Amino acid sequence: MGLENLLLGFQVAITPFNLFVAVIGITLGTVIGVLPGLGGANGVAILLPLTFTMPPTSAIILLTSIYWGALFGGAITSVLFNIPGEPWSVATTFDGYPLARHGLGAQALTAAFTSSFVGAFFSIILITFFAPILAEVALRFGPPEFFAIQLLTFSSFIGLGGGHPLKSLVSIVLGFTLAAVGLDIVTGQLRLTFGVTDLMKGFDFIVAVIGLFGIGEILLSVEEGLTFRGASPRMNPRVVLDTWKVLPRYARTFMRSAFIGFWMGFKPGGATPASFMSYAFAKRFSKHPERFGHGELEGVVAPETAAHAAGVAAMLPMITLGIPGSPTAAVMLGGLIIWGLQPGPLLFTEKPDFVWGLIASMYTGNIIGVLMVLAFVPLFAAILRIPFAILTPLIVVVCAIGSYAVHSSMIDIWYMLIFGVIGYVFKKLDYPLAPLVLALVLGDLAENALRQSLIMSQGSLGVFVSRPIAGAITALALFFLFMPVLTPWWRRLRGTSPLPPTLAGH
Amino acid sequence: MTRTVDLITAAVILAVGAVVIADSLRLGAGWGSDGPKSGFFPFWLGTILVLTAATLLVQAWRRGARTPFVSRQRLRPVLIVLVPAIGLVVLTEWLGLYVASVLYLGGYMRGVGGHRWTTIVLLAAGIPIVTFFIFERWFLVPMPKGPLETWLGY
Repeated sequence: MGLENLLLGFQVAITPFNLFVAVIGITLGTVIGVLPGLGGANGVAILLPLTFTMPPTSAIILLTSIYWGALFGGAITSVLFNIPGEPWSVATTFDGYPLARHGLGAQALTAAFTSSFVGAFFSIILITFFAPILAEVALRFGPPEFFAIQLLTFSSFIGLGGGHPLKSLVSIVLGFTLAAVGLDIVTGQLRLTFGVTDLMKGFDFIVAVIGLFGIGEILLSVEEGLTFRGASPRMNPRVVLDTWKVLPRYARTFMRSAFIGFWMGFKPGGATPASFMSYAFAKRFSKHPERFGHGELEGVVAPETAAHAAGVAAMLPMITLGIPGSPTAAVMLGGLIIWGLQPGPLLFTEKPDFVWGLIASMYTGNIIGVLMVLAFVPLFAAILRIPFAILTPLIVVVCAIGSYAVHSSMIDIWYMLIFGVIGYVFKKLDYPLAPLVLALVLGDLAENALRQSLIMSQGSLGVFVSRPIAGAITALALFFLFMPVLTPWWRRLRGTSPLPPTLAGH
Repeated sequence: MTRTVDLITAAVILAVGAVVIADSLRLGAGWGSDGPKSGFFPFWLGTILVLTAATLLVQAWRRGARTPFVSRQRLRPVLIVLVPAIGLVVLTEWLGLYVASVLYLGGYMRGVGGHRWTTIVLLAAGIPIVTFFIFERWFLVPMPKGPLETWLGY
């Protein structure tokens, strides 16, 4: 049953217009991934307004292609410039940059792109098979199950995110609070507006994403005094083919990393731990662990495979449950709502052409993507040679345009600046930003699920424990929530540190 | 110092939480005739904010890092980005986005980058014009406009 749906999807994804859209998206995405201060999430957010007039399937193909492009672009800056564009690219710099400094940048990039492709492809195949099954199961979910999944989403940020657990909690709750500002659609009352007209519209997550990740990131990177002294890759078909001949040697690493990536990735905040974990595993099982950190190709393969497998896997809960696994997926979910689609399991029955077009476009997008970046790396890397005094104001202008375009409202540009400063301060104080954005997107959905559950049970919280599926998910959520408390205790009990040392630092 | 900023941030979050609780109580945080009232969800959000922020305050007070939050010489580049960006938004209020970005891009490239006038004029005027066509013409997404656009008939 899945196969003919996939064929239907390919009929949607392989129209000339949609392929064109994918090429444009990957180009823009790679540029966005390479530029400092712009990443997948805010790149997608800035360009979201341009999709309002497009058919939803082409629109989602554009946004996902930007995402793939940004993932590839992140690898370029990590390897050539030692600048991880995203937290999950940090592990790629460990061996990618030393390789580039030894003049093997082209090999490292070929390995990185190929690994990304393999990881992504692995996850896409799993999504193709699991998404319909998961959607089928999710069709039987009621409000308590959905609220339990939300709980799981956010508690896994606290338990697995790796940051300060209390600060993660604050970020989540602040996001929910911002989402509550404005009109309460259930009762029609105004909340947290204090008579200020501008607050009645509430806070849009797109503006928050652009401010927190865009402006905040620029402020942070100028403070760190970024200078782009990059190696220039000499990319040619020979190097690519020679590297491809070597790569099958790492088949086990590919498989292991792809599994780790998928397994961690469909849970929120999973991409970063997945990349570190698979790097640590690759080092442990390697015959030459001492070479890691000094330019070992396997040290590029492992984190890149895992990060991309995780990045793609984050789409699985987004399309089946309507719950995004990453900030970028959250922005796409917001896009679905704007285009008039109801995210969740019903999409599979009501809009099969959309869902399967999206899944099929993951295949085409990644194939086009890997070919494009392999062919045009020097071009993309040249972007970072544009002087800083031109790039910085340009990024600020682009961010301002993106913020205004959402609602054609001037106040949003001011919000963008405020969110930028908040993002800068939060990042420096170790408050994670991704859960804040996710909570802002999911706020209304979570609150409605909670309200409906409580109405069903007439106010008793027992509804989240007594129903079997909701109960199991809630139990898992509580386990993650209390993991920061349990882990040190467990460690003391065993007398060892269960985490590999590279993981503990992040 | 990082500790001071940490303390201030936690205090602000605590205050936000208190405000949220107050507004939720005004709306009613309990059970209405047909389910939880409007203030129910925000009330618990506010409560969690106040409790966690209070704990963070104590933690920061006890063992906050006494390293500088941002050194004086590092603050300069941050302000060089932030202050002109604020200028861009203020100018946009008066002149519209396109004219404001011409001035902002040009001013930044000259003042910070010290680029040549030909480069500046080409880019500072060219980028907003390209933006204009992409947004206003092709994708029909309007941007804030000012006196110049009105005079040109937009």
